[in-house]
Amino acid sequence: MTGPALLADLSLIIPELILAVGAMGLLLAGVFIKGEETAARLVSLAAMALLILAAGVAVFLAPQGGGTAFFGAFVLDSFSLYAKAVVYLAAAIALVLAGHYLRTERLARFEFPVLILLATLGMSVMVSAGDLIALYLGLELQSLALYILAAFNRDSLRASEAGLKYFVLGALSSGLLLYGASLVYGFAGSTEFGAIALAAENPSVGLVFGLVFVVSGLAFKISAAPFHMWTPDVYEGAPTPVAAFFATAPKLAAMVLLIRVLMEPFGAMADQWQQITIILAILSMGIGALGALLQTNIKRLMAYSSIGNMGYALVGLSAASEAAVWAVLLYMTLYVIGVAGAFGVILSMRRAEGMVERIEDLAGLSKSRPGLALAFTGLLLSIGGMPFLVGFFGKLFVFYAAVQAGLVWLAVIGGLFSAISIAYYLMILKRVWFDEPTGGEFINPPASVAIITRVTGIATVGLLLLVPFMLTRVIEAGSAIGG
Amino acid sequence: MLQAAAFYILAGTAVISAFMVVAARNPVRAVLFLILTFFSAAGLFVMLGAEFLAMLLVIVYVGAVAVLFLFVVMMLDVDFAALKEGFLSYLPLGGAVALALVGILSLTGISWVVSDTAGAALQTPVPPDMSNAEALGSILYDRYVFFFQLAGLVLLVAMIGAIVLTLRHREGVRRQNIARQVQRRREEGVELVEVKSGEGIG
Repeated sequence: MTGPALLADLSLIIPELILAVGAMGLLLAGVFIKGEETAARLVSLAAMALLILAAGVAVFLAPQGGGTAFFGAFVLDSFSLYAKAVVYLAAAIALVLAGHYLRTERLARFEFPVLILLATLGMSVMVSAGDLIALYLGLELQSLALYILAAFNRDSLRASEAGLKYFVLGALSSGLLLYGASLVYGFAGSTEFGAIALAAENPSVGLVFGLVFVVSGLAFKISAAPFHMWTPDVYEGAPTPVAAFFATAPKLAAMVLLIRVLMEPFGAMADQWQQITIILAILSMGIGALGALLQTNIKRLMAYSSIGNMGYALVGLSAASEAAVWAVLLYMTLYVIGVAGAFGVILSMRRAEGMVERIEDLAGLSKSRPGLALAFTGLLLSIGGMPFLVGFFGKLFVFYAAVQAGLVWLAVIGGLFSAISIAYYLMILKRVWFDEPTGGEFINPPASVAIITRVTGIATVGLLLLVPFMLTRVIEAGSAIGG
Repeated sequence: MLQAAAFYILAGTAVISAFMVVAARNPVRAVLFLILTFFSAAGLFVMLGAEFLAMLLVIVYVGAVAVLFLFVVMMLDVDFAALKEGFLSYLPLGGAVALALVGILSLTGISWVVSDTAGAALQTPVPPDMSNAEALGSILYDRYVFFFQLAGLVLLVAMIGAIVLTLRHREGVRRQNIARQVQRRREEGVELVEVKSGEGIG
């Protein structure tokens, strides 16, 4: 591959090139800028600019009709472009949320934004993967950066434990995934998705085994039960903005990757993988809803909430139709917006003596900070899928896809668990609105965090007007995959 | 004839030095025998026409892994006598594992020989006018360039991670400043002192 052929391929990966070259350039710049805090601040701003630039290129400058590059290893279609734009923006939001927290906790180092950029690059490769090797390399680039970010507060025992736990279990899941990939390669004769799809039309037993292992490995990355064990500990131990990042962009990227793997190479084996996704969905919804009821730490609660929400997304995916693809995409987008805002509220829970993260610390928030309390109410109920907030439409379409595919009973179970999950969101909101304040008031959150919470809080209602527009976008994106 | 002699010398060295890795009492010697094993295996690869694999074995295993072992053995205070204490009690289990491995390998070998289609797979796809290093390079840096670059980025992340999680800038550490060392003149460092005999310079 030389000259024009290489240039044609490179023109498809411009957002990735921006991120990769930018990350390496910022790594150099960070070393030479005098003063640790100045370097961190400047590199962080530059990283945000790069992410927004990459998102802009992905949305406005992508070649018409997309295409594939590097012999099918990299797929550019409306599906991957949509996922990329959301992932880049979610990563930029995570950087906005992180800045002030890192400075006050004395963690401000320029490697943080660089690692976020490299993790985002990994996600970007994941959502465009058209080959098992690209899938694995993207996943590993993302995961490795996330392990480091989890342990970024290296002087904290809990953060180190979180990083180590995440790393060991993540390595185990990568092993599962690789074992599955090797079986798939062995029985399909190729690592390329197109060739696997041909082999999947008459699947051998070995291919089914490979599929099970690949799905297990990916289920770990989206923290679907029974591969969820790491989630609460990692969310609790990792620095709060890192947990906010974990809950948003990587979840969406891994879910998009799962959709592509199941619908494209293994599309003909839907009967086989539907059984797996249905079991994963029921377990995740159950563990997410029941586990969250017992939590006293708000970060652990968000972890169980994310496990449960992956369950609802998997309900939609179990439908294995074109509607399933766009419904899950819409659901994940709305989920990312809600969670980013909710973590903004958690980052605002700072008293004069430091951060607090118990649910009872939220008591009386409506009296001391009515605006924050209102935003939190909208965000939590939107994540829970309460009617008349935008999150409701996410759940509605996910269940719609399941019902359309004849999985009425699964949608009913989803509805039941959804009602239970509303209960624990309401338990938090009872503290916020009706309990008497205990402990001191929260100090003023920094402007960056306040803006994110306000904007996402308003979005839970305001996006209702944009639902038709979002629907056309996700349906267009979903049509690239199709069932 | 010459080939057969070279094979038996290399293979014999490999087997004997591999045995010595386990049998040597001194851990440093064990590592040195390990290096000898790698070298003889590299020689065997050259005889098979896989010179790239031979280079890789020498550069990666001898150059990096074995030297790392040597560092670990010499730097860390590992009590090897204590490690070897349970040797006899573990022997049955170890023997069983070794037997299973031999079984698996011979099963693979036998099925390879018996199989009708294995012969086709044996045909080497290397073009005749290329060395195999060149052939591998032309596929790795061409068809798989995307994966190659991505793997490079994964390694970069690993390196950043190691530095972020372990490097601490300590205050009051004296560092080497080569420019200053070079600029230093004789007058700054050397002093000629007239020492009276029997008094010292204290």
